Amino acid sequence: MKRAATAAAANLVFRRDLTLAWRRWDEVAQPLIFYVVVTTLFPLATTPDLSQLRSISGGVVWVAALLASLLALESLFRSDVEDGTMEQWVLSGQPLGWLLLAKVASHWVLTGLPLVVMAPVVGTALGLPFSAWGTLVASLLLGTATLSVLGGIGAALTVGVRRGSVLLSLLVLPLAMPLLIFGSRAVGMQMDGESPAGPLQLLAAIFFLTLSLGPLAMSAAIRISVES
Amino acid sequence: MLPEGARLEARAINAWRGDRHILRDVSFSVREGEFLKITGPNGVGKTTLLRVVCGLLPAENGVVEWRGKPVHSSSDDYHTDMVYLGHLNSLKADLTARENLKFLAGLREALTDADIDAALDRVGILSRGDLEARSLSAGQKRRLALARLLVSGAVLWILDEPVTNLDVAGIGLVEDLVREHMARGGLALAAAHQRLLDEEPFLRRLELD
Repeated sequence: MKRAATAAAANLVFRRDLTLAWRRWDEVAQPLIFYVVVTTLFPLATTPDLSQLRSISGGVVWVAALLASLLALESLFRSDVEDGTMEQWVLSGQPLGWLLLAKVASHWVLTGLPLVVMAPVVGTALGLPFSAWGTLVASLLLGTATLSVLGGIGAALTVGVRRGSVLLSLLVLPLAMPLLIFGSRAVGMQMDGESPAGPLQLLAAIFFLTLSLGPLAMSAAIRISVES
Repeated sequence: MLPEGARLEARAINAWRGDRHILRDVSFSVREGEFLKITGPNGVGKTTLLRVVCGLLPAENGVVEWRGKPVHSSSDDYHTDMVYLGHLNSLKADLTARENLKFLAGLREALTDADIDAALDRVGILSRGDLEARSLSAGQKRRLALARLLVSGAVLWILDEPVTNLDVAGIGLVEDLVREHMARGGLALAAAHQRLLDEEPFLRRLELD
């Protein structure tokens, strides 16, 4: 036997979570269902007139995606900490940050990516023009990926707290505000015929900043959480 | 540079749980081929001591050294050399026995299917390899957790109540695994209430009170 490479270990974590999700698909589908239901409720509560809905469509899709992502976050690390898997990760001799980042990546594939894929569909139902699809998808790709890492930090910090979901929302939502502002602004600018490059570049900058600091913050928080 | 002999040394460990000072100046040392059995009544701090030695829990003061170096300064090297069996089995109920080994022990060692089958066979649950962990009995789950030791490639085994839920044959299995590990020149620490390897020449004792 020989020592497993870090990339191989991260790959195992990623594949393990996809395998687990495949066996518990009903839990994984919840955020997506929530997202579709919330966006469907808006025309019922406001107006079915597409010309009026169009002006808020980008914002509605973004708010629904943000809330749906939050919904899925609380359980991110909980079961691994409770069944003792996390302490084995800490003691595996592999860089913990990479393992946690692999876990967050699989979480994004399972919860963030479906929101991005569904966005043109729910957007169209709200009257979003075809010309804005690309911007909506691009902004949500960057936004949901950033949210997964940000949420990972929040979930790592609150995993030891009983009923930590409210605390988690309080921690993550303020940090997610710039994403919401720049994301819906990019869609709005596209629909107004302006170039959405500015807000998209800011989203990309926030994504890379979060991605570079996220693993450090998550591993520090998890080490504290497994102490108890 | 000559490799430093495998040796674990703890000096004057003090640890608190909440406002209770439960470990007071605990010291021990274990060398190659030695098995340290930690005994004492419930709540005396056996698990706390093992978690401090693993590096999961910081000691209030005192130092744990592995191969002559403090473990917190070279924790990745240290963790590569050691494996910890906690009182949680670290199993995923939705994964099969084989997958549980592959996805957890595989983080440490590059495992082939043959390695995994050999380990499952050694702990006597090869025929249950494709069952989900949720449908294993408590004793079979413990055996699956023990299989992790075999494929860990670690020199230092840290075992918290290794024989919990095991039948007589299972206790014999743990004793055999530790004997083989000692014969390879390994080290082991275990917290245990039960009689375990009490007559062996490699046994050392640490009584907490």
